[in-house]
Amino acid sequence: MRAGPYGTTDLPVLLPFRPGARGAAEPAPGLGAAWGVALALVFALSAGIAEAQSDAGRPSTVATILKWTPLLAQGFALNILISFLAMAIGTAAGTVLGLCQISLLPPVRTGSWFMTQFFRNSPWLVLLFYCMLLLPFEVNVGGHIVPLPDWFKATVGLALPVMANVSELVRGAIRSIPFGQWEAADALAFSRRQILWMIILPQCVKRMTPPWMNLYAILTVATPLCSIVGVNEAMTLTGDALAAEARNELLVPMYAYLLLWFFLYCYPISRATVALEKRFAVK
Amino acid sequence: MDLTPLWEWFRWLYGATGVKLTIFYDAFDRQRFFDGFLTSVRLQAACLVSSVVVGVVGAWLQGSRLKPVRLAVQGYIQFFRNTPPLVQLYFFYFALGYYLSYMTDEGLRVALVSNFAWAVICLSLYAGAFNVEIFRAGIEAVPKETIEAAEALGYSRLRAYVYILLPLAFRISLPALNNNLVNLVKTTTISYAIAVPEMLYVANQIWSDEVNVPEMMNVLLVIYVSLVGVVVWIMHKWERALRVPGYVS
Repeated sequence: MRAGPYGTTDLPVLLPFRPGARGAAEPAPGLGAAWGVALALVFALSAGIAEAQSDAGRPSTVATILKWTPLLAQGFALNILISFLAMAIGTAAGTVLGLCQISLLPPVRTGSWFMTQFFRNSPWLVLLFYCMLLLPFEVNVGGHIVPLPDWFKATVGLALPVMANVSELVRGAIRSIPFGQWEAADALAFSRRQILWMIILPQCVKRMTPPWMNLYAILTVATPLCSIVGVNEAMTLTGDALAAEARNELLVPMYAYLLLWFFLYCYPISRATVALEKRFAVK
Repeated sequence: MDLTPLWEWFRWLYGATGVKLTIFYDAFDRQRFFDGFLTSVRLQAACLVSSVVVGVVGAWLQGSRLKPVRLAVQGYIQFFRNTPPLVQLYFFYFALGYYLSYMTDEGLRVALVSNFAWAVICLSLYAGAFNVEIFRAGIEAVPKETIEAAEALGYSRLRAYVYILLPLAFRISLPALNNNLVNLVKTTTISYAIAVPEMLYVANQIWSDEVNVPEMMNVLLVIYVSLVGVVVWIMHKWERALRVPGYVS
């Protein structure tokens, strides 16, 4: 038998494991968009059924949903704002925490490792409750009373788990840079700070982008959790609209409509993530 | 074992420091908090098992020869991955649950599916969507030749899947699977929103009755972190026990 790349046989024992990467078994990328259309069809169908069920003389389902759309859009804008802010805060804090995890000082390393694991392992909703109930409603910054609105407290609550996840991303990315890079930079008399800022981190950015985008998508679909703690975002407003209409046949189309909004926002992000992953993949 | 001295110590703690942990010295609060804890554990166990089942079945269907089946699975995955789990839960519980209920003669509406069951269904489908992808990647890592060898030995597609493909693929996908299952355990808290009496829900009732928000919040956080810690630890052990020798992904 001819010797192959796997030793004494041509047959690989196992192939590489690539979750998320597109393999031969999956349908062509273009089909994804068709599923957005399918979801829209489900929504249209449920609206149609609701139409048939509703009493004569009432405004039609589609008209009712359109009537509430501006309000929903307002709520959805708050969702997006919360997701942007939480991502920004979480990324900034997480990068620092991640760098602390590779610190040369053992106490800093252990402390930041513990903090990362703690926030990574606690449920998002519990952290959200924690921040909602235990942060003050106003803070005193140098004599000025700054009110802390509900949605901002929720943003902080969501930023905490994001921070922990970014911290792990940064640590993983730094560890994935070949050690030769450190040694080469050392040989060129770069200081540790210079090596990190000028050599290691710039290489990490590229590796971190796809999982970071993934994290953003996860964060975005977590923002409706804020409705549980009383922030007036899209989920809360949908509930309010349904309560105001008090028409049971509206339940399915309204919730399907909200799901569609989130799908339309998140699906392109997940497509872009897959595309980036493919482009950055080491052949 | 009589734990009364321990409970009394917590009562003393309240008197001495104002740290009000009623879940220890008040028998009623202790009982309901413990029930909530058990409900949480039951919910998490049920979701873990059924999401893995969903993942295994989904991955098998994804390799089907029929295009409509493959498309349906793909649609399911994309839908559940790209929409918020909380909205899915509301959709299932309020929207679909409304149709799956009937009116009694007294005018009471009786649900056919309990809120606990809806939480299990919805969360399993949510985590299952990720599991399908993970198992698919694991299956792709098994060389075609292995399946061909199984077919040559007269295995049907289902049998080759169960006896040859899955045991190999499962070992390969275990690290990614663990990640997702840990996430699932954390996500079970959202069943609070449909009033499943799990720990967060019960804790909310207790802090509303006793006005001890900071204490209950800290207790909750510690218990959840340790629960998840236990799951992480067990999974890690399992991962190492099932590791394919010499395989580095």
